[in-house]
Amino acid sequence: MRLAALLMTVLLPSAAAGDFVRLPGQAAFTSILKYTDSDGKVPIAPFELMTTPVTNAQFLAFVVTHPEWRRGTAPSVFAEARYLSHWGGPLSLGAAAEAAQPVTHVSWFAARAYCEANNARLPTWSEWEYAAAADATRADARKDPAWRDRILGWYAKPANVPLARVGQGSPDLHGVHDLHGLVWEWVDDYAAMLVSADNRNQADPDVLTFCGAGALATDDRENYAVLMRIAMLSALEAHNTTGSLGFRCARGASGDVQ
Amino acid sequence: MNAIFPVFTLLLCGMFTLAGCSRGTSAEPPTPGNASAVAGAAADTGGSRKGDFGPPQGEPIKAVLTSPPNVPPPTGRSAPAKVIVELEVIEKELPIAEGTTYTFWTFGGTVPGSFIRVRQGDTVEFHLNNHPDSKMPHNIDLHGVTGPGGGAASSFTAPGHSSQFTFKALNQGLFVYHCATAPVGMHVANGMYGLILVEPPQGLPPVDKEFYVMQGDFYTVGKFREKGFQAFDMQKAIDENATYVLFNGSETALTGDNALKASVGQNVRLYVGNGGPNLVSSFHVIGEIFDKVWYEGGTRYQENVQTTLVPAGGAIIADFHLEVPGSYVLVDHSIFRAFNKGALGILKIDGPENLSIYSGKEVDSVYLGDKAASLASVSTAATSNAAGTLSLEEQVAAGKSLYSGTCSVCHQDNGAGLPGVFPPLAKSDYLATQPKEQIVRVVLNGLSGAVKVNGQDYNSVMPPMSQLRDDEIANILSFVQTSWGNSGERVRKEDVTAVRAATPRAEGAAH
Repeated sequence: MRLAALLMTVLLPSAAAGDFVRLPGQAAFTSILKYTDSDGKVPIAPFELMTTPVTNAQFLAFVVTHPEWRRGTAPSVFAEARYLSHWGGPLSLGAAAEAAQPVTHVSWFAARAYCEANNARLPTWSEWEYAAAADATRADARKDPAWRDRILGWYAKPANVPLARVGQGSPDLHGVHDLHGLVWEWVDDYAAMLVSADNRNQADPDVLTFCGAGALATDDRENYAVLMRIAMLSALEAHNTTGSLGFRCARGASGDVQ
Repeated sequence: MNAIFPVFTLLLCGMFTLAGCSRGTSAEPPTPGNASAVAGAAADTGGSRKGDFGPPQGEPIKAVLTSPPNVPPPTGRSAPAKVIVELEVIEKELPIAEGTTYTFWTFGGTVPGSFIRVRQGDTVEFHLNNHPDSKMPHNIDLHGVTGPGGGAASSFTAPGHSSQFTFKALNQGLFVYHCATAPVGMHVANGMYGLILVEPPQGLPPVDKEFYVMQGDFYTVGKFREKGFQAFDMQKAIDENATYVLFNGSETALTGDNALKASVGQNVRLYVGNGGPNLVSSFHVIGEIFDKVWYEGGTRYQENVQTTLVPAGGAIIADFHLEVPGSYVLVDHSIFRAFNKGALGILKIDGPENLSIYSGKEVDSVYLGDKAASLASVSTAATSNAAGTLSLEEQVAAGKSLYSGTCSVCHQDNGAGLPGVFPPLAKSDYLATQPKEQIVRVVLNGLSGAVKVNGQDYNSVMPPMSQLRDDEIANILSFVQTSWGNSGERVRKEDVTAVRAATPRAEGAAH
C-alpha cells in the first residue's frame, strides 16, 4: 500500500509510459554511418518518440508490475551486477536516485522489455540519429558548429555529478527533450553498428568486408559529437549498464509498436 | 674476452667507416642478460626477432606504477617474468593553469598517465579498468606492443568495466601509450597518454635521479589562462592552434614547489615523451647540454646534444651530469610555446658553486653602442688639465662627451630626465639651489631616497659614479651647470678632490 501511494505521488497520470510526439521522418536522411548499399542515405518513416528519456519513477513502475526485471531477480545474462545499483532497493529509489532523473544502469535487454511492456520499442539508430539532428528551429542542424559544441560541451563534463531531471531544457523543433546533454541512450540495433573496437581502422577495407551494412567508416569525420555516441554504444554488450546510459522508447506513427 | 670484443670493434668503426665495420660484427647479436652486450656496439640488437627470451619465469610480478614526475625503480631482473599491470581510466577535473580547470581523461588519475617499467622479453598481462563514473569508453594502444592496434582492439572498455590482454615486450625502448578510442584526437588532447619503458636485458646505465616528463598540447574554448572551467575546443584542435603546450598536464606541474630537484654531482635521467596530439617538441633544458640522448627512445644514443626532437607519439631518454647549482628551465624551444603557452618546467639543482665552470655575473656595465661619442674632447681636456691651461669651453666639450657616455642613459640627452623616474637636470631648481659640494657629492656617492625637483617628487636610486676621475666629474658638472637653461658655477677638479677626500668611498661603488 505504501508503495502504491508513493507511486501516485511521483507519477503523473499519463506519464507512466511517457509522452510520445510524432516525427515526420525523411525519405533520404544522411546518416553519419556510411551505408555502403544506399550511398549513405537512409529512409526514415514517420514515427513517434518519447519526449524525454525514461525516468527512475517510470522504470520503478515497470519493475513493480514486472517482478522478473527487479534488481536481484533479473538474470545476469540480461542485466549485469550493476543493474539499477544506484537505487536504494529493488523497489525503492533511495537517496541517490530522484524520481525525475533519467533511469540509468539499465541493460539493453531491460530497456527493450520496458518499451515492449508499454506497447513500444527502442528507436533504431537511424531514427535516433535523425531525431537528434534537430535543434530548436531546424530539423537538421548538424552542420552548425554551435550544435556540435553543445554536444561536445556535455562530453567535457565528468559523469561524477548527479544527473539533471528530464525535460529541463527547451524542446527541439519536434518537441523532444534531452537527446543531447543528459545521458547516452540505448538504440534497438546498437549491436549491428559493429564499429571496430579499434576505431582507427575505419579506412581498412577488411572492416567493410566483415562488418556488414551498418559497420563502417563514418561519413562525416568532423562529426566527432555523434561519432562518440556510436563509439560508446559499440563498447557495450547488451547486458551491460553504466551510470550515464539510459533510454527512451519509440513506436509507429499510428501509435502501434512498429 | 667477450666484453672486450665489441668495444674494440666500436673503436675500429670510429677510425674507419661505420658501414665497412658493421658488416663484420652483425653476426653476433647481444646475449640476453649479458651485461657485455653493450648497446653502443655496432651490431644491431636483433629487434623483435631477438626479443623473445622464452616463457616467463617465477611468480607473476605486479608492476610498480608511478605518477609523474616519478619513475619506477629498475626491474633489476635477469630473466623474463610475467608482469601484471593494472591501469585505471579516470575522467576528472584538474587544474590546467592557476585558477583554471579542465576535464582531463587520465590513465591512473594523472596527466601523463602512470609510468610503466618492464624488461625486454617480459610477458605483460594488462588490465585496463574504466572507472564506473566515466562517461566515455576507452582503450589503450601501447607503442611497445607487437600486434594490431597495439592492444587497442583488445582493450575497448565501457565505463565500469575491465579489459584484459597479454603481450610480450619484444622490443626494448621507451614507448608512448595512449587511448585510441574515437575520436582519437580528442581522447589524446584530453591527456590520455603516458610512457612504458621496456628496459634492455642488461638494464640501462645506473643514474642518481630519474624523472618522467611528458609534453602535450591542449585546446580550450577560453584563452590562455582564462579563469574558471574551460571546455575542450574541437575546432582549435583540428586547426592545431594550441591554447596550452604543457609539461605534465599543468602550467604548474614542474614549477614552484613542484620543480624537479637534484644536486650537483648527480647524474640525472629524463624520460621525455610527447603525447601531442598535434605538436612536435624541440625539447631543451636551458643551461644544460645532454651528455647522452637516446633519440626517439631507441637503442643508440647521441652525445653532447643541445635540443632534441620529441615527435608527437614518441619519446627520448636524456642523461646529463650536474656541475653547477641553480634553476634550469625545461622548455619546448619552439619558444613561444614556452613563454606564451606554458611549456616550462624547472629543474632545481642545489650544491656548492663551481666558479671555475660558471662564474655567475662578473660585470654589469652600461653598454652604449654607437651612443658613445668621440672621446677626443675628453683627452684634449685631460691634456689641458695636466698643463694647467684648461678652459671652461674645453671642460664643457669634454663634459658633454662624458655626459652622453655615462649620464644620458637615465637623465636623457637633453637633460629632461624621465618624469617621476629620473629627475631632470635641465632648468633644475635642485641644481640651482644646492651647494656645489652637495652636487659633487651626489655624483660621487649616488643618491637614494626622496627628492623634489621642479615640483615633482622622485624616490629612486642613483648609483655612485666614483669610478669617474675628479677631472671627469668636474667636466661633466661644468657642462651640466652651463647647459639647458642652468646657470650654475663651473666646477673644478679641486672641488671634486676636496669632496672625495671628505667622504669615505661609497659602499658598492660601481666598477
